[in-house]
Amino acid sequence: MNARRLAAIAAGTALLASACGSSGGSSSNAAGGGGASAPGVTATSITIGSHQPLTGPAAPGYSEIAPATAALFAYVNAKGGVDGRKITYNYQDDAYNPSQTSTVVRKLVEQDGVFAILNGLGTPTHQQVQPFLNSNKVPDLFVASGCVCWNQPKQYPWTTGYQTNYAIEGRILGQYIAQNMAGQKVGYLLQNDDVGQGGKQGLDTELKPADVVSQQSYDVSALTSGLGTQMSKLQQAGAQVVVGFAIPAAFALAELAAAQIGYHPQFVVSSIAADPYTMGGLLQSFSKGAAGASLLNGVITASYLPSFTDTSNPWTTLFKKIHDQYDAKNPFDANTIFGMSVGYNFVQLLQKAGKNLTRQSLLDAVNSADLQGPGLLPLTFSPTDHRGYEGEQMAKIQDGNLTAFGPVYKATETGPITTYTGPQATPPANF
Amino acid sequence: MATTPAAPESARTTGPVTDADGPPPSAPSGRARSAWERLPVVARTAIFALAFAVIGILIANGISRYRDFQLAEIAAYLVAVAGLTVLTGLNGQISLGHGALMAVGAYCAAVLLLHAHLPLVVVLLLSALAGGVAGVLVGAVAARLRGPYLAGATLALAVGLPEIPKNYKYFGRDEGLTINPPLPPGWLGTNAPIERWGAYICIIGAAVTLFLLANLSRGRVGRNFRAVRDDEIAASLAGISVPRTQILAFTVSAACAGLAGGLLALVTPTVGPGGFSLALSIQLLVAIVIGGMGNLPGAVLGSIVLVYLPSWATSISNGVGLSKQIGANLALAIFGGMLIVVMLAFPGGIAAAVRRTWWALTSRRRPATTIPAGP
Repeated sequence: MNARRLAAIAAGTALLASACGSSGGSSSNAAGGGGASAPGVTATSITIGSHQPLTGPAAPGYSEIAPATAALFAYVNAKGGVDGRKITYNYQDDAYNPSQTSTVVRKLVEQDGVFAILNGLGTPTHQQVQPFLNSNKVPDLFVASGCVCWNQPKQYPWTTGYQTNYAIEGRILGQYIAQNMAGQKVGYLLQNDDVGQGGKQGLDTELKPADVVSQQSYDVSALTSGLGTQMSKLQQAGAQVVVGFAIPAAFALAELAAAQIGYHPQFVVSSIAADPYTMGGLLQSFSKGAAGASLLNGVITASYLPSFTDTSNPWTTLFKKIHDQYDAKNPFDANTIFGMSVGYNFVQLLQKAGKNLTRQSLLDAVNSADLQGPGLLPLTFSPTDHRGYEGEQMAKIQDGNLTAFGPVYKATETGPITTYTGPQATPPANF
Repeated sequence: MATTPAAPESARTTGPVTDADGPPPSAPSGRARSAWERLPVVARTAIFALAFAVIGILIANGISRYRDFQLAEIAAYLVAVAGLTVLTGLNGQISLGHGALMAVGAYCAAVLLLHAHLPLVVVLLLSALAGGVAGVLVGAVAARLRGPYLAGATLALAVGLPEIPKNYKYFGRDEGLTINPPLPPGWLGTNAPIERWGAYICIIGAAVTLFLLANLSRGRVGRNFRAVRDDEIAASLAGISVPRTQILAFTVSAACAGLAGGLLALVTPTVGPGGFSLALSIQLLVAIVIGGMGNLPGAVLGSIVLVYLPSWATSISNGVGLSKQIGANLALAIFGGMLIVVMLAFPGGIAAAVRRTWWALTSRRRPATTIPAGP
């Protein structure tokens, strides 16, 4: 009996050992930060990773971003890559679930040995991994979220934002409301996290407190129950303008809930929920075909990238060409422009970091970056400024088109809002 | 009671009881007991637990950081699975709410680590205590319910409890709480990865839990658990308080879940509502069925499957090029499939199947047929 009992235990532990060990050996070179040679970089390749909501509540629209970035990399790779290195973009699904994000990113960094994390999407999700990436000195660039929290270069030197943050966006939208809808009653619809908080911070800077009659919020996890309550309350408060800092699914639900109760305020919405294509699709699917993109007519938003419907913009034309060649199975919309712009700006950073690529040299490139790319204004960083784009142009949705108007504003969370008058870059001829 | 040799009682129980009981002691009692058999149960289980910890730590030292992290996860889940397997396999109560009880322990550990400066051991003990207190409350309700009603009540717990922290800034709402993982002590070496230290902590936690559960289930308490499971009327005629026994079983099991949550919080190192979904509670249940209900070595197997299966499923779906919508659910589908296959082919769980195969190969004696325990 004893021998057998011991054997049973031994068999169990052997199984444990083999289960852990069998694939453990393959990753011996994966882990480790810094050092002479950079993880994820060889003479002919660079592997970078990302976490993206390919499924789950934030998937509609946002799931197209990473494939668009990958398409741009494929285009660059076909032309020989950057310094002879081809870029592999290893993006993984986290379903917009913060608990999954940490697992996914840990695997990318420690198991798959990626060089950097690019464009990790989401505020609540990416907040889970920001400390981990920084303590491991992994470049954490162009976070796909407008949280002001990415701009903490002292505490988190390896993290940078990308899009115009919610506070700046809130200021620019707020300024527009204050100037063009003076005296009207304003209501807020805020996501119950830093998305809503950032937007509110910016709006409050520009709007008179007396004009803000109601502030409603929602949890992403509770979206299944709709936004009927919130919209009724905004209607009862008499809000003539409703400003939303919300993900696309939430804003679509808000539009539908308002339409159902015959409430038609002027909607003003953050750029994150302003893609007419995604929004139209969501409105159709949520209403089972009863409503559609026409509900969006007249919605005001702001943008820091060219519009996908502006065919006169050379960037839009370039991205459409790349899309048709490498990403044709996805629609061409604002998410495509976003994904490709991220890819383009990242390629610019790699070029700037040079042939002798390390995590430190990439960070140095970031800290002196002045990237003239697809953005309506240059993408600049400094050792004390990791915000990302710092300005936007107002835009309006009409008949499925996103049309920009007025000057490009430049601002930070405080201080004056100025007008950007510099040149608009065009794609280099050899790109 | 602890000094009673395990043999006579485990021979009579129907389920695949507790530890790796060798073949049922059908050998004539005239056979002389070896030195090993003469050792008290406490000593034997202590040796096993020590061996478990040493082997676990040896494995942890030889693998990469990410594998250390996974090993830590396995050990943390093992604590919860072992607790659940005692509840379901030994006491016959089903719980679909252990994911939520893990959340209680995890939030407790996270809050303590963020706001109080307590030694790690104390934090983990308090997580177990928090789980246990929640277990007393749930157990008191559970003791009044049977079968599907019990499943329903605990299901409500799994669905409802993780919603609570979403409403409070103190618990970090949807984002949850991020803690600073414990730093490796100096004696582990200057370059010891944080994940390895996490694995050490979890392995030791699991070894202690397995040791305590193995002793508990072999003593009087364990016999009471089984008596209540097999026949409540007979048990109460024998002087065992049925509700008290059931509440005790639930409390022990919930304390394990609380400790597991605390351990998981240390290694992740984030605690959010999304980490303790209903899916987790169901996966824990699948893990005990796969391993074999009431079977502690089986719990080890179940925990390995629990941690590895999702990453295997992701690799498979990426490799085959499945659509993301399907890929995201593949792991759950495989869990379901495994559950059906295991129930049909090896009703005593994989560990029992392995053991039976082993006996078949090494012994002419036929082992007693194993009947799945529990409801």
